Amino acid sequence: MAERERMLTPPRGGVFVARAQVMTAEDVRRVLTRIAHEIAERNHGLEDLVLVGLQTGGVPIARRLAGLIHETQGADVPVGSLDVAFYRDDIGLRPVLPEAVTDIPWDLTGQTVVLVDDVLFTGRTVRAALNALSDYGRARAVQLAVMVDRGHRELPVRPDYVGKNLPTRRDEMVDVSEDGVLLGDVVAR
Amino acid sequence: MNVTLPEVAETADTRHLLSVADLGRSGIEEVLRLTDSFVEVSERTIPRVPALRGRTVATLFFEDSTRTRLSFEAAAKRLSADTMTFSAASSSLNKGESLRDTVETVTAMGADALIVRHRSAGVPWQVASWVPAAVINAGDGWHEHPTQALLDCYTVRQALVARGADGAIDGMRVGIVGDVKHSRVARSGVLAWSALGADVTLIAPPTLLPPSLAGWPVRVSHDLDAVLPDLDVVYLLRIQAERMTEALLPSLREYTAVYGLTRRRAELLGKDAVVMHPGPMNRGVEIAAEVAELPCSVITRQVSNGVAVRMAVLFLLLGSGLDA
Amino acid sequence: MHEILVGGGTVLDATGARRADVLVGEGRITAVAESIEAPAGALVLDAGGCLVTPGLVDLHTHLREPGREEAETVETGARAAALGGYTAVVAMPNTDPAIDSAAVVRQVLDLGAKAVCQVSVAGAISVGRAGELLAPLAEMAALGVRIFTDDGAGVQDGRLMRRALEYAGPLGVVLAQHCEDASLAAGGHMNEGEWSSRLGIPGVPAEAEEVMVMRDIALARLTGGRVHFLHLSTAGSVAMVGAAKAQGLAVTAEAAPHHLCLTDAEVSGYDTRFKVNPPLRSAADAAAVRRGVASGVIDAIATDHAPHTQEAKEAPFDQAPPGMTGLETTLAVALTELCQAGDDPGRNLKPAEVVAALSWQPAAIAGLSDQGGPVAPGRPAHLCVFDPGQSWVVDPARTASRSRNNPWAGRSLTGRVRHTVYGGEAVVIDGEAQR
Repeated sequence: MAERERMLTPPRGGVFVARAQVMTAEDVRRVLTRIAHEIAERNHGLEDLVLVGLQTGGVPIARRLAGLIHETQGADVPVGSLDVAFYRDDIGLRPVLPEAVTDIPWDLTGQTVVLVDDVLFTGRTVRAALNALSDYGRARAVQLAVMVDRGHRELPVRPDYVGKNLPTRRDEMVDVSEDGVLLGDVVAR
Repeated sequence: MNVTLPEVAETADTRHLLSVADLGRSGIEEVLRLTDSFVEVSERTIPRVPALRGRTVATLFFEDSTRTRLSFEAAAKRLSADTMTFSAASSSLNKGESLRDTVETVTAMGADALIVRHRSAGVPWQVASWVPAAVINAGDGWHEHPTQALLDCYTVRQALVARGADGAIDGMRVGIVGDVKHSRVARSGVLAWSALGADVTLIAPPTLLPPSLAGWPVRVSHDLDAVLPDLDVVYLLRIQAERMTEALLPSLREYTAVYGLTRRRAELLGKDAVVMHPGPMNRGVEIAAEVAELPCSVITRQVSNGVAVRMAVLFLLLGSGLDA
Repeated sequence: MHEILVGGGTVLDATGARRADVLVGEGRITAVAESIEAPAGALVLDAGGCLVTPGLVDLHTHLREPGREEAETVETGARAAALGGYTAVVAMPNTDPAIDSAAVVRQVLDLGAKAVCQVSVAGAISVGRAGELLAPLAEMAALGVRIFTDDGAGVQDGRLMRRALEYAGPLGVVLAQHCEDASLAAGGHMNEGEWSSRLGIPGVPAEAEEVMVMRDIALARLTGGRVHFLHLSTAGSVAMVGAAKAQGLAVTAEAAPHHLCLTDAEVSGYDTRFKVNPPLRSAADAAAVRRGVASGVIDAIATDHAPHTQEAKEAPFDQAPPGMTGLETTLAVALTELCQAGDDPGRNLKPAEVVAALSWQPAAIAGLSDQGGPVAPGRPAHLCVFDPGQSWVVDPARTASRSRNNPWAGRSLTGRVRHTVYGGEAVVIDGEAQR
């Protein structure tokens, strides 16, 4: 979410042109398995734990993490999805529309929430997500898992689980998918 | 490897919502899609998001309509906007202040959006030409009431989805029954339903139809019993008592006998048909009291969806950044 | 007063057109000849490329004085008239108080005596224009009133209209009717039809006008009285008046410039400048009105200049007063809309036919024998000099009228008044009012 949104403007639209592949599909799989272990290790018992993926990039990653936790630990961790469009601090400054309806059908009071996103950049999306989560109840703790931390933080946000630390320039873009992680630029159409 | 990023959808008129025609099919669909998100917000324990924090929404109701005003104010508050309320009854209009002065004064107090209701057709257009604020038409005379039409379409879509359909309104048969001539709900409704591909029939005595229907994508019937079994949506309009004094109708009793959705007529409805009414209802006139309570009636859903639809409209106009 | 030489133009009046200079002195035309040497001290007005015609005569002007001076006064309305090429206007009686007595007639005539064009006065048919009691027609006629009307509303009561026509017969005056059946028009604010239905504005059907045209034709037949139909706006009205004329009845008719070309589609933006009574009608009605002018069924083009303040016009559409200004634009609108080459007889008029409908034909209806030409030695010097080919964009900010409710604002028109001479005085020179 974070990444896509920032790059949608300006220019509207635009084409992502990849320059380098920094992770392969196999790298992604291995990193996710590690993070699944780390989550299980840190939250022993996995009780009262929920994963919440940020729309849209974090949602498939959260689902995969839940699957890996089930495989390795035999525990079923609920997965929700969260769209932070209504909580952003740049509302009115740039086009912001929700990508999908938020789906968190539980009261989060007393739960441990692992927020999951594809790329951590300025930290503003995570700030918005923390606000949004508070409207679903008072979580016992919130942790943050990201596939890529590319730096350039503008807010005091630090991830608990990181797939890869990737130094970037501000104007670059990172694309995360099942097929791997690409680094490139957005070019006006 | 290149990835094409999605275009941000553009609406036809991003500054105001004056007419359903400003939106077109894609704009209506965008509002309905966004409404899904606000229905989710409305169902939360704390049904409020900070999206319009720092923005001010003013309701300017030159004609009383408590329910519509409350619906807009609830929408604005759930978006964390500040609200200002102007109502003609308690205002300086009684002291001879002109419409333009009133509008300019409210805008000068910092209103970013003006929700305008007026008994005269066209006032929201005039207001939009005078001030920089976003203007939302909350009903102008006999002319339009776009958010009502949007919430009606949303409510039908919701009913379709609930029974497992995809929510597409294309090809649905919508019957609008009653005082079309004096109805802003009907005018906006015809535009919205037909933009979404529905097949609209107006059912009314000739005195309650507009003098000309040239250019209206509708059929006309004077026989409710004949068309009722084929309708997917029966939309009843409010009949007002003053129509009797204008020689448009002989009596309410005769109107109910010929055009009212009586208990007997309700039995002619198809099994999936829904019954709608913009409110406030005259039970026993255009709709029998017990018909309004049948499961096929979605009248209460219309009211609750009204807040979410209005949140979507306010967010699109003030918060999405699409107005920049 | 200086002598004035209008040089280099083409003189056009009821007798035809010819290249001629016109010399004016002592309030009268002193010479009309192909080439006149300017006398010493004479004011020379260049009329190169222009038509030099008798001053225009407006049968239908709302000067608003007394009572609504914030919208217009006799002085400002007359100045606007002069800028539009008019040397005479007929002031409508729907003032406050109404012009329904000798006293108010005298008041307006006194104000008009100082104005930059002749201000003739129309008197009301009924006391207070209330449609109940006959106004003192003979007393007003004795002061020179030649037209009586309750304009702003039609005389609803057929019996009152009949008596008025009978009573007026020996006075040698004409009764002018604003044809509008009040019960059919009730509550309406624009033409009833496709646009009113779409816009949700209550409409006035064409028939509201036509039933009164029909009635008054019958009354003209019954009484032998002279009826003038004000601002005809529908195809049906034009057809009925044409038939009445063919039968030899003493009826005349006028059309307003806006009904020649603007239609009810203009209302689509709820701009109250386009609210007028009778309302802007359909394109077919406008075409019929144009053909009525072309065929002579409609004798005159009259402005129905109806000034309103911006504050009044900024009301909701159904509360705004009807009316539009027109004194400064009517000649140009008529030339632009009616003098286009082509097959449509309603758009293929010659400038001479347009000037006839703006000058000598209305002068005859109003009984203004000093007005309307011809441009000949010995006649009073009332002249309009205009360039039929000059295009200009209407700018309401530059109007001499107190009001700016002109529907042609921002539009380009062809044909512009250069000079106006009234009573031997150059009141407009090169498009500028001199006082």
